[in-house]
Amino acid sequence: MSLLEVSDLRVQFETEDGVVQAVDTVSYEVASGETLGIVGESGCGKSVASMTILGLTRGPQTTISGRVMYEGRDLLALGADDLRRVRGNDIAMIFQDPLSSLHPFYRIGDQIVEAIRTHQDVSRAGGRARAIELLDMVGVPEPSRRVDDYPHEFSGGMRQRAMIAMALSNEPKLLIADEPTTALDVTIQAQILELLNDLQSRLGMAVILITHDLGVVAENADRVLVMYAGRIVEAGSIDQIFHDPGHPYTWGLLGSLPSLDLHRHEELPQIAGLPPSLLAPPAGCHFRDRCPHAFDQCMKVPPLESRLPDSPEHRDRCWLTAEQKHDLRTVDGRIGLQAPGARAS
Amino acid sequence: MRRYIARRVLWGIALLFICSAVIFVIFYAFPSADPASLRAGRAATPDQIERIRVSLGLDEPIYTQYWLYMKNLVLHFDLGYSYQSNIGVRTLILDRLPATAFLVSGAAILWLAAGLPVGIVSAVRPRSLMDRTMMVTSLALISAPVFWLGLVSLYLFADDIGQLLPIFPGVGSYIEANSFLEKAWSLVLPWFVLAAASAAIYARYMRSSLIDTLSEDYVRTARAKGLSERTVVMRHGVRSAVTPIVTLLGLDIGTLLAGNAILTETVFNIPGVGRLVATSIERSDLPVIQGVVLFGAFFIITFNLIVDIVYAYLDPRVRYE
Repeated sequence: MSLLEVSDLRVQFETEDGVVQAVDTVSYEVASGETLGIVGESGCGKSVASMTILGLTRGPQTTISGRVMYEGRDLLALGADDLRRVRGNDIAMIFQDPLSSLHPFYRIGDQIVEAIRTHQDVSRAGGRARAIELLDMVGVPEPSRRVDDYPHEFSGGMRQRAMIAMALSNEPKLLIADEPTTALDVTIQAQILELLNDLQSRLGMAVILITHDLGVVAENADRVLVMYAGRIVEAGSIDQIFHDPGHPYTWGLLGSLPSLDLHRHEELPQIAGLPPSLLAPPAGCHFRDRCPHAFDQCMKVPPLESRLPDSPEHRDRCWLTAEQKHDLRTVDGRIGLQAPGARAS
Repeated sequence: MRRYIARRVLWGIALLFICSAVIFVIFYAFPSADPASLRAGRAATPDQIERIRVSLGLDEPIYTQYWLYMKNLVLHFDLGYSYQSNIGVRTLILDRLPATAFLVSGAAILWLAAGLPVGIVSAVRPRSLMDRTMMVTSLALISAPVFWLGLVSLYLFADDIGQLLPIFPGVGSYIEANSFLEKAWSLVLPWFVLAAASAAIYARYMRSSLIDTLSEDYVRTARAKGLSERTVVMRHGVRSAVTPIVTLLGLDIGTLLAGNAILTETVFNIPGVGRLVATSIERSDLPVIQGVVLFGAFFIITFNLIVDIVYAYLDPRVRYE
């Protein structure tokens, strides 16, 4: 049974320029203990979709519809008080920039104690002891001393460890990690991801790992959602997404990854054009304008469904047939998206 | 931190010297009237005026005057004597200071008590009907000149001429008041008049500062922790948003004590520092003006120092710089 079930989630923001459809018909499930990767470029709606689960996008300018089922309850329908009991308790979240995500005026320990005491009936001293324990667990050295430090006295990686300690303080069943390593340098990135993996297997929680980095997903996720312009365009296991990608956007993403057999002076392939404005996205497939394989049918929105009967969990949002995809996605011997002009030849 | 404060104090003293020199030069370069002839009265002979001039030391060159003035100030904390009344300037100022301090402190409490909550409520629901109403009201209060507001309040509420609700003491009641409570009661209208514009400014300041703060990442973290909205706004939002308000408050109290409450003091005839400086300027009473300016500079510098120390207390990042 799945832990979290998101169905037909739509999020709209009213802005001065018009209505932004930030998230459009997003549906997915997260099973207990698994890691779900959500990839996509900036502004594709991956963060908004995840923050909406916890009601963090609620506001007078926001319209949210769909369902987010967690333990038999629809989180979207919960009142503010009931939702607060879920936040940080059943479902916790960590963010991209650990410096700006920690309050600069309060000690690290006090911020963790605050998280603990919001959901558990423990004394201040008990909370502090637990905070030290948590800091130790996430690998902060000398935790009993550093618990009294302020965020600016921590290094970037240590701050993210502290954020993780805070998120795990109430032993959540689901951790949403929104670009947890983007603001960190590469060696620290690897350490933080390793820590997350380790904690996940120890604590048995599920993780939604949001990132724009396919490499991060490949190493850490069990399943992947590829998002583009507010919609999920492809969903599948790591193997399926990396070795048998169905959607041309995924081909483009994979094709633009640097690889060791690429010649040194060869330019890295990229997807031509820019993502559409979510104020007025094109009718039909959102990727249509950038796709060299688009045809008449793409004026209609393709459903997110499986093209091959033997792997029903591998779904994509593209009208091309499985055979066409297989033929079209190879460019220069690798998976990639053809240049826009290449189609004519 | 201690070195930082010591440096600020030394710089403050240097500033006081600069202020005193500048006011001396300005007064000398732009003589508005001859203090000696003002002192001598209408029917004075040129000879009498000349004698007064010599006795006040006004015949000396400016640098000698300045040197004597500063020598007395530094050695004896003597600010000199009024040209007009011969009363010590220090005595004059210290006599007036309690009234101004009472006026300013009461008004400050009032404008903080009104401005900050309004700003917070507006920031929590920006663009709501409540927010818009409060911000339009605040704009009206900021735009209303103090002397006009003072006269209107007297016209409506003063116990002698009030047309609407004549229950509050009017012009001059502070001078007649004896006990602390009587004085406080006589200052009710002046407090409201002096606080009105500041309350409005603080409300707007608090609003924009809190709106900025509430969009910070750490506020999102606080919400994601499951804290109640009240805790999120007060402990994580207002706590940060209030720091620029502290700067504003330090400057405002400093300048008001330095004589900036002059309009309110004039309208309600409160014998404060502002009234003192107004009459001294009319009579070209240099020692008094000089004394008030120095006192003012002292207050502004002192309150700035207090602001810096409070800042270090509020924001741990400042402590380590």
